[in-house]
Amino acid sequence: MQNILLIYFLFSLGIFVIPVKVFKYKAIVLALVQVGAFIYFASKIPIITDGETINSILNWIPELGLNLSFILNGLSLAFALLITGIGALVFIYAHAYMKSYANTDRFFFFLFLFSGAMLGLVLSENLIQLFIFWELTSFLSFLLIAFFHEKEPARKAAFQSLFITGFGGLILLTGIILIGSVAQSYSLTEWILKADEIRSSAFYVPGLILILIGAFTKSAQFPFHFWLPGAMQAPTPVSSYLHSATMVKAGFFLLASLNPVLSGTIEWTYIIPLFGVITMLVGAYFAITQTDIKAILAYTTITALGILILLIGVDTKLSIKAAILFLFIHAFYKATLFMVAGLIDKKTGTRDLSKLGGLAHYMPITFIVALLALFSMAGFPPMLGFLGKELVYEAKVQSPGIASLILIFGVAANVLMIAVSLFFLKKVFLGKKNNYSKNPNEKGLFIVGPALLATLSLFFGLFPNILGNSIIEPAIQSIFLETYHVKLKLWHGFNKVFFLSLFTVASGILLFYLIDKYPKLLENWRKLNNKIFTIKLADVFSNGLDNFIEFSKRNTRVIQHGYHRYYLLTIIVVTALLLWFQVFVTRGWELPTKLSFNPFYISGLIGIIIISTIFSAINKSRIATIIAMGVAGYGISLIFLYYSAIDLAITQIIVETLTVVMFVIVLQKLPRFAKLSSKVTKIRDLAIALVFGSVMTILALKAVQVEFNHTISDFFVENSYLKAYGKNVVNVILVDFRALDTLGEITVLTIAALGVFVLLKKKKA
Amino acid sequence: MNSVILQIAARYIKALLVLFAMIALLRGHNYPGGGFIGGLLAALSVIYYGFAFNVRQVREKLKVNPATYIAIGLFLVVLSFIPSILNQLELMQGVWLKVQIPVLGELKLGTPFLFDMGVFLTVIGVTFLFFFSLTKVE
Repeated sequence: MQNILLIYFLFSLGIFVIPVKVFKYKAIVLALVQVGAFIYFASKIPIITDGETINSILNWIPELGLNLSFILNGLSLAFALLITGIGALVFIYAHAYMKSYANTDRFFFFLFLFSGAMLGLVLSENLIQLFIFWELTSFLSFLLIAFFHEKEPARKAAFQSLFITGFGGLILLTGIILIGSVAQSYSLTEWILKADEIRSSAFYVPGLILILIGAFTKSAQFPFHFWLPGAMQAPTPVSSYLHSATMVKAGFFLLASLNPVLSGTIEWTYIIPLFGVITMLVGAYFAITQTDIKAILAYTTITALGILILLIGVDTKLSIKAAILFLFIHAFYKATLFMVAGLIDKKTGTRDLSKLGGLAHYMPITFIVALLALFSMAGFPPMLGFLGKELVYEAKVQSPGIASLILIFGVAANVLMIAVSLFFLKKVFLGKKNNYSKNPNEKGLFIVGPALLATLSLFFGLFPNILGNSIIEPAIQSIFLETYHVKLKLWHGFNKVFFLSLFTVASGILLFYLIDKYPKLLENWRKLNNKIFTIKLADVFSNGLDNFIEFSKRNTRVIQHGYHRYYLLTIIVVTALLLWFQVFVTRGWELPTKLSFNPFYISGLIGIIIISTIFSAINKSRIATIIAMGVAGYGISLIFLYYSAIDLAITQIIVETLTVVMFVIVLQKLPRFAKLSSKVTKIRDLAIALVFGSVMTILALKAVQVEFNHTISDFFVENSYLKAYGKNVVNVILVDFRALDTLGEITVLTIAALGVFVLLKKKKA
Repeated sequence: MNSVILQIAARYIKALLVLFAMIALLRGHNYPGGGFIGGLLAALSVIYYGFAFNVRQVREKLKVNPATYIAIGLFLVVLSFIPSILNQLELMQGVWLKVQIPVLGELKLGTPFLFDMGVFLTVIGVTFLFFFSLTKVE
């Protein structure tokens, strides 16, 4: 299973290396890889329907409970099939769509990597790992939305989606850690085993809320929904993929897979449906007043996501069944419609409803495809969407608690959806033919994907149990953890749900008739909306962001003032105070009782060091100061030598030499030595020097008295030759035992050198 | 600076320092020395030579960019981790290859030496970068 992911990442890189100019059919190759992955996952259906799961674990950082752990159960299988199946079609479509654009190498690289990340997300068993893939999808969708980065709206929308989904991801992480601290694990299987413990712990409510925020941001739930319409700035293949099978469904996936762990509480059954209902209504309400066909579709996606989240929250067997079915319905029709919208945009040069019309004449196949998809969206028989709507209604009727409220809003949203679907169909394909600058046609590979998906919508509508038994049933089983049989049928008989459905259709058609007959109505509706909803969440968000950046800038100007001397001052003062504090807390230091001057040459050496230090502080020539400091350094290395720390001594001597050399070089560039500091600053500096120097002295005295733990050094001495074949313990420590430290040190050195290089680089005039 | 004594001395001392640096690097595992010390010594030889003659000429003679030394050094360091991964040991655990050489006896080649080589080159590169940046030759 992880090999599939590896293939995705390798292929995306491999395909990036070969430019599109050299090899034209990159997207087709990638589509074939997707097909291969689809077949692989499809071949696992028999195993999964038997109620088994496929697991695989690779150790990564077992000490932190971090393993690369993958699971294929019914739910992740359903998602994997959607991601790879629709992915393949999207790539075929993108092959045709992206021909006229530059930088398609980058585009396919991002998009394929995105597929891989999404697959990784749904196959993750470890939740930290899931989070990593989650953020990866956020990041890649940022790159995809910003693909036309020369356009300002695209950049803005990309930032918005990155901030919202990335921010949500971080919140999700805290939620995962909270719940993980209860379960003592980040493994989903472990969480499910400890579900009762988790639900009764004090961390449950905060953990749930954090996880919900994560899921809601990703799945564009109110009040985070506004990034989704913005995301239509992306090239259409991306929108089609993002809206149907990936990205926005990730939040739903998370809640569905955490359902066995977190559901069944009042918080779950109230918070989630509440936001779901609001989102559903908001989406449908704004969809009808849009004029851009992509925007209409984006808002209907919000509605669909609201329905999905709502159903997961209602948390009955029926609602979960409806949710999984609806997931497929929506993926089919939304991918189709976005691809159709892209095709229309490409061929007519506009996405504005008022400029379109009569396209059925030019694009008959597209018309039929769109008709099927829109019927599925509206929930007309015999499409799969009809089945879904019936099931959703049934679930809402039977939902406990706030059923009546959910039902009313649900019907309202569906009425709007029907009106939107019909309006879309009428405005784009029927009516009078407009004059198009280009002559619309449907040549190319554009229509393959939408046609296939629309056919599937119809086919599964007629034979729903093929889908139901092979995919939906295991998916539900993996949520409920028990056998559950799914029987889907088109005709449910004359019951409450049927009449509700009838009522919805009738009202929907009525609404469509009204807005179609009286264009003024919609016009005024739009105006009314503009009046009522003067505050746009997207603007609030971007203003908030701007203010925050301004605030940070001001802060940074205060803290990062650019005076090196004050930086040093701050560092030294803070260090000295912290050290003094620690000395004061631990105490227990005392001056050595007797001073020994043996052997005399070491005492003499120390005397020389002290004298040269004092000399360097008081004399007035720079060069003399540096040489005096060098003397002190050499003196210290002699002391090292005396105590037989030969490696240390050699290093000290060389470093001292180099330091003096470097100082001498710098010295030439400096202006003449002059005293600029006032008396006050001098006294201040003296005080600081005294504070710091005295604390260092005390620390040195204390170090002598500390009981030294010999186990580590003994280990090094004993094993240096036996295990590391080296007689020089110091060097063995450096290059073998503690090689990681050395790696860190040389990396720091490198960065320091690069810093010097950049700072001293000659400025180009 | 044009000191004849310094210039003549520099010619010999440069060679001696490089030789010394090599010895320090090679014997580092068993006796005092090692990549860090070796690297500093090697860099010092060039710096010394530069002082005696002309820094710019020395830089031109060097041909290789200081940053390249660093890059190769860090690359060698990373390279030295690969055998431990391939042998499924802990990351960075030393892997040793024992080669029998006639007359001289057994030679033990290990990844720590590769690591030390990396440190050696990195230190040379870093010191060069400091030196040439400060003398504004870069």
